[in-house]
Amino acid sequence: MHPQPRLLALGDAAFTVEFGEPAARQITPDIQARVLGLAAALAELHAAGELPGVIEWVPAFRSVTVHFDPDRCPPRHLATRLQALAAEGRQATGSGREWTIPVCFEGDFAPDLDAVAAARGLSREAVVAQLIATEFIVCMLGFLPGFPYLDGLPASLEMPRLATPRPRVPAGSVAIAGRMGAIYPWDSPGGWRLVGRSPVSLFDAHRAERPALFAPGDRVRWQAVGADALARP
Amino acid sequence: MSARLAIRTPGLGVSIQDGGRHGHRHIGVPLSGALDPVFLAAANGLLGNPADGAGLEVLLAGPLLEALDEPVRIALAGAMGARHLRIGGTSRAVPAWSTLTLQPGEQLQVGSPRGVGYIAIEGGLLTPPLLGSRSTYARAGLVHGATTLPCHAARPHTGEWQNDALRHGDGPIRVIPGPQDGHFTAAALDHFYTTPFRVTRQRDRMGLRLAGPALAHSPLGADIVSDGVTPGAIQVPADGQPILLLADCQTVGGYPKIATVIRADLPRLAHLQADDEIRFRAVDADEAAAARAALACRLADWLTRARPAPAGGDPETALLLAANLAGAAVRGDDPHLWPDETRPGT
Repeated sequence: MHPQPRLLALGDAAFTVEFGEPAARQITPDIQARVLGLAAALAELHAAGELPGVIEWVPAFRSVTVHFDPDRCPPRHLATRLQALAAEGRQATGSGREWTIPVCFEGDFAPDLDAVAAARGLSREAVVAQLIATEFIVCMLGFLPGFPYLDGLPASLEMPRLATPRPRVPAGSVAIAGRMGAIYPWDSPGGWRLVGRSPVSLFDAHRAERPALFAPGDRVRWQAVGADALARP
Repeated sequence: MSARLAIRTPGLGVSIQDGGRHGHRHIGVPLSGALDPVFLAAANGLLGNPADGAGLEVLLAGPLLEALDEPVRIALAGAMGARHLRIGGTSRAVPAWSTLTLQPGEQLQVGSPRGVGYIAIEGGLLTPPLLGSRSTYARAGLVHGATTLPCHAARPHTGEWQNDALRHGDGPIRVIPGPQDGHFTAAALDHFYTTPFRVTRQRDRMGLRLAGPALAHSPLGADIVSDGVTPGAIQVPADGQPILLLADCQTVGGYPKIATVIRADLPRLAHLQADDEIRFRAVDADEAAAARAALACRLADWLTRARPAPAGGDPETALLLAANLAGAAVRGDDPHLWPDETRPGT
């Protein structure tokens, strides 16, 4: 049923543990549960001081990358350890937090909404209705600090990324691409379709315990609000 | 006692760097830290600082610094000299790989490095750390905008030190194959390990683009389900031209990685210039470990060779450095080279 997890060397100071069929392109709840399960196991061992030399680990869509200091932690020893941990097949769902994020889908805050509607043969209102009816799951954080990859966009709204990325996407932009949603925590270049804007701050480096608002496994819904809600405090 | 170091002119490609922002990659925060941690350690070593104490990294043109309140002791590492502007209008050239003390009100004009240069400050810069590091990560606002940097006052009577240039090894850049070498044809893998690649002008702290024979992808293709990346990873997008990731790289990426540079050779990547040619050689974990040990020995051995500097500086060196300052050309590096996001795995 489940292929053996694969251990891949990422240089001499990191291993990536990969789950699922090698050629798989879809992220299934089962694979995400295994990713979060391995991350949880690593967190427990690390907190107990049982992973000397392991610095950090990065859960992704279907893998966990473990960064370590190879001079404190012999790579062969860690490889054996990780393979055994991954083979246990532990599953976890993350914290189970549920977020309702205010999003303004109006006017210039949603510059690609009309194009998405036209491409999918829907009205603008129908697209927004589908977006706010969607429950997303945070698959991973990456690209930028706090940038969430939100799985769960319905196939009816699937769109490729822009052929030419925008040089500047404003912070707070709510976006879709493929079967994913996202919210840009920062001004940055970006190629996703911009369908709204949120006033929520997704990352605060001074919030020491929890700089990123979301964590993998969190559930996120978007709630339509007026433009007046975008005035950031 | 505390002092301050004022940045009177910012130079180009100057940032605060230490050993990096470890432990936050799972929330998308890049590692950052010195592109060449060995040269940063060398500069710090001349001052008796910990190896990863926060200093200034210079990629293109050095800043004009001024000590405020108290004397500030500084060390330079890398092929990068400076001019010490004393009170009263006299000045002297400061050679690379040496220390000097700026009295309050004195200035130091740092030149342009060949490769990357480092300016260490006795006691390390004392800017407030963010997420455990003082390293600048400008792209997401993890940056200290202050142009006056808090630091320790120089300890009295320690004298100045100098050393010979610390040189990195040469030969092919050593890599561990993968993690996605299976995404390439046998011919592409053969090219990768046998043909030289040229460094292009597209180069910043996130990475550099190489040019060479297009590396063809196998039927597995040029997209992967995004997974973790790290400095040294060599991504190959659909055009077949490799992108070598550096310290400020993203935490995850959606291109297959043909190979990953070993830690011992990461510092060498910091000094690559446009049109340099590099080759790659595959090694295993044992050879990578031996290379790390050899590099640590080389740095430790270099530190033992530091010697007290003659007072007043060396006139011949002064001439060379004046030429270096005069030739401070600026390269046309584009700061916005990396528009690609990682791809959703669909």
